Amino acid sequence: MQIYASKEHIIAALQKGVRLDGRKPEEYRKITIETNVTATAEGSARVKFGDSEVIAGVKLSTGTPYPDTPDKGVLIVNAEMLPLSNPAFEPGPPSINAIETSRVIDRGIRESDTINVKDLCIREGELVWLVNVDICPINADGTMIDIGALAAIAALKGAKLPPLKDDKPDYKAEPTGDMLPVSSMPIPITVIKIGDVLVMDPTFEELSIADSRLTVTTLADGTICAMQKGGDGTLKIEDIEKMLELTTKKASELRKDLEKALK
Amino acid sequence: MTYAKRYDGRKWTETRPITAETGVVKMADGSARFKIGKTEAIAAVYGPRDLHPRFMQDPEKGVLRIFYSMMPFSGAGDRVRPGPSRRSKELNLVIQKALLPVLNLDDFPNKVVDVFVVFPQTDAGSRCAGICAASMALADAGMQMKDVVSAVSVGKVDDKLVVDMDYAEEAHPEGEVADIPVAVIPSTGEITLIQMDGKITKEELIKGVKDGWSAFDTIADIQRKAIAGRYGGKEE
Repeated sequence: MQIYASKEHIIAALQKGVRLDGRKPEEYRKITIETNVTATAEGSARVKFGDSEVIAGVKLSTGTPYPDTPDKGVLIVNAEMLPLSNPAFEPGPPSINAIETSRVIDRGIRESDTINVKDLCIREGELVWLVNVDICPINADGTMIDIGALAAIAALKGAKLPPLKDDKPDYKAEPTGDMLPVSSMPIPITVIKIGDVLVMDPTFEELSIADSRLTVTTLADGTICAMQKGGDGTLKIEDIEKMLELTTKKASELRKDLEKALK
Repeated sequence: MTYAKRYDGRKWTETRPITAETGVVKMADGSARFKIGKTEAIAAVYGPRDLHPRFMQDPEKGVLRIFYSMMPFSGAGDRVRPGPSRRSKELNLVIQKALLPVLNLDDFPNKVVDVFVVFPQTDAGSRCAGICAASMALADAGMQMKDVVSAVSVGKVDDKLVVDMDYAEEAHPEGEVADIPVAVIPSTGEITLIQMDGKITKEELIKGVKDGWSAFDTIADIQRKAIAGRYGGKEE
């Protein structure tokens, strides 16, 4: 059973430079990245920030391309905030917050050309790969956008192409040895503002009292490829400047962790 | 032609390797993971909590709801579309009926206990793994229970009676294949779930369940250890 601290209590602690779990405002929980965590997916990963945990899996299938893009495959990113993972996610249609989370993850991955969809073409106008990445939170204790996207990227990066039999993937056969072509790794990082303190890797409790939130997705060369401001509060341009500095720095650290885990 | 040796080399009444642990979903009131071979179930319990809409409430006792869902990439073949299906709804019902006999919900009128069961990967036997995980998660949540519920499938592959069929055995190309998921209350020997599809004689069915009985005890042992271990308790 979760017992929530009051907003005043969290702010008072933050002003002394500590958080309820003992971290400093910019400090992360322990990050673990594991790949190949399920046998049935073509690629999969489990990412944890402390107790916050997500599993992502890639399922590959084939189909005919859309008539207006005959040489392009399709990448579909789907994040569902499973009611298993948090008491606030109730069964039934997803809440507006759950929809925002999954759309921000989707946008970060799809709009940054993580996969060059032209690489997914098998026979132009006839047959292309359809790539489904599903992001499933197991324990949603904050920072779901960052953890979910990281898991999705790790799963895509490790996905192996199954051989084709009559133009359909043969899931029972050994993989071909060819990997799914992944061209870039966008890394989203979320920073929240509580009072006048910037906090990174927020827990669910901290997120629920945040004044505002900014998620910044960056590519390997430091280019920003997606952004989302959330929360009821406002941000000054100076805040955003500071947040961009924090997020781009952390993104390059996390990129190294990810590359190490994928070796 | 006979089925001379199991695909993965197991003995006829041997289950696949099993691991179980509790407390795997920290946001939940109780949770558990139950893995048997390549079938993995994670269950989380929330409640007793308020139940809306109100017409669903029971003024005499708490309501138990089960939500079974396969992760989209957890099937052996194509992607499984997320969201409820006719199959998952039936499973919710039979898993609920499998668990209710051990649960005391009398202290929670008008409330609900929600159990979410998800599968990162499956290789047949998911409803049984789900029941095992769900009963451990309910115990982990501190619900008043008579016992855990232990479940495994027994069945027939060609001319052999087997325990804990995997996908390869279910798809065995020769002879008759029968799949019989069974859930029991280990301490009383009562059966809380039995289903079957395929073809089998009544003698074989009874023999199959009886021959497989030691598997329920093995599973119950693993479940109880995982629950006791979390609280530093001793197994009985």
